[in-house]
Amino acid sequence: MTLDVAPGAAPAGYPPIPLRRIVTTEVRKLFDTRSGFWLVAGVGLLALLATAAVAALSSDAGMTYRAFTTAVDYPLTVVLPVVAILSVTSEWSQRSGLTTFTLVPRRGRVVAAKAVACVGVAVAAVPLALGAAALGNLAGTSSAGIAPVWDVTATSMLTIVGSNVLGVLVGFVLGVLLRSSVGAVVAYFVYALVLPALAVVLAGSQAWFRTVQPWVDLRYAQGTLVDGTMTAAQWEHLAASAALWLLAPLVVGLVAVVRAEVK
Amino acid sequence: MIAVDALTRRYGGFTAVDDVSFTARPGRVTGFLGPNGAGKSTTLRILVGLSTATSGTATVGGRRYVDLPDPGREVGVLLDASAQHVGRTGRETLTIAQRTMGLPRDRVEEMLALVGLTPQESSRRVRDYSLGMRQRLGIGTALLGDPAVLVLDEPANGLDPGGIRWMRGLLRDFADRGGTVLLSSHLIHEIEVVADDLVVLARGRVVARGPKADLLRAAGPAAGGGGLEQLFLDLTEGALA
Ligand SMILES: Nc1ncnc2c1ncn2[C@@H]1O[C@H](COP(=O)(O)OP(=O)(O)OP(=O)(O)O)[C@@H](O)[C@H]1O
Ligand SMILES: [Mg+2]
Repeated sequence: MTLDVAPGAAPAGYPPIPLRRIVTTEVRKLFDTRSGFWLVAGVGLLALLATAAVAALSSDAGMTYRAFTTAVDYPLTVVLPVVAILSVTSEWSQRSGLTTFTLVPRRGRVVAAKAVACVGVAVAAVPLALGAAALGNLAGTSSAGIAPVWDVTATSMLTIVGSNVLGVLVGFVLGVLLRSSVGAVVAYFVYALVLPALAVVLAGSQAWFRTVQPWVDLRYAQGTLVDGTMTAAQWEHLAASAALWLLAPLVVGLVAVVRAEVK
Repeated sequence: MIAVDALTRRYGGFTAVDDVSFTARPGRVTGFLGPNGAGKSTTLRILVGLSTATSGTATVGGRRYVDLPDPGREVGVLLDASAQHVGRTGRETLTIAQRTMGLPRDRVEEMLALVGLTPQESSRRVRDYSLGMRQRLGIGTALLGDPAVLVLDEPANGLDPGGIRWMRGLLRDFADRGGTVLLSSHLIHEIEVVADDLVVLARGRVVARGPKADLLRAAGPAAGGGGLEQLFLDLTEGALA
């Protein structure tokens, strides 16, 4: 078989690639690899196990919507940042960036599209998780023969969305900054697991740290979001720590991504 | 048309591409020859915006590649057939490119048929592809957007004799229909059979450039009769001496 029209016979002057098209392609790329598939399947499986565990193990009094929500949300908070990390780093570790950045040479557009795709997936995943938790609550309580307790407010649902989005953003930024899958995943879990413990120790022993903590500890600042009654100072804390953990590394990472040789 | 003008790329104190100038014209296959490490891939990477030049310019149809609004529609690029996500199937790899360029869906099947990947092969993961199959997939990605210009770095790498002949026919046909082909290789015979024009690089510098016929005449009986291979060795070793 050969091509039967002249190469490039179509009229010249193609319109620029709309960002929307790059975003939808990037969403597709999150799930179309073997690793992407297993990450999603893993979340589903873990959520199911967590729901079953709450239903089987908690006391009647403890079997509330909040318990199911917490259980189902946990796999999400682990997996969504990893999905965001791989979305960026695989372009380098798998070298697919050679094609990606040849088709879209403005690399900033690719990074922006990936950010939108990852945040979009996080925002969409939370209602799914809340729905699954609701089903778990109904099933668990009815088999225990008790009335279901709905103790999650709309505000705390928004908080769950917010903290997942924040986690995804931190993972994403680490991916852009480090461009290495292993490096960024390790860095993310240091951020998510080691730093909070360190912050507790420091806050317990060092007075100076207690003063600066609200400004530099993103998870601490994020914690104030939970009750939904943020003071002006708390917003400032959130802005300052987000600038430190998100904005600064993003800017440094973006400059490197745009300049780096892709090979 | 591809125009490379006084292109230079330094890595620290090392000059990988040194004041390289040439053009690749429509309707012709331009062979880009040179020994290992001559700077061919570096030049092609700069041409498509994956690396930046220290100085000089490279344009396609008068514009920098990075300024093309939808470059896949105008320039088909294959730099490294191994640079594909191994967790994706061959068909999915093409689908991603097809969606990025906003092409109709059946274009993917057309390309799979064109490069000779069967439905069974195209639903395998790239991890399980042979080098030749990856090369075919890469050629399919390059041709997907129906471009008028092709930039290919060692596309015959890993192809079997039948595949090499097929590729030769494809490039010939592409150029005969008015397309521009820039084709790099260190396999002199490959280039000799298909190229109309030659650019020979050694140690980052252009050591010969022009229509193949002219270069062959220079290497003809009067000049010792060693043919293109001897000319290539003389030129590139001369540059190394
Ligand atoms: N990032 C880099 N840092 C230092 N040197 C580099 C870098 N990239 C390429 N080079 C050097 O530039 C030179 C040209 O390399 P290039 O890959 O362009 O050669 P080539 O002509 O494609 O060779 P081959 O036929 O083996 O593919 C080599 O000496 C290579 O080591
Ligand atoms: Mg090379």
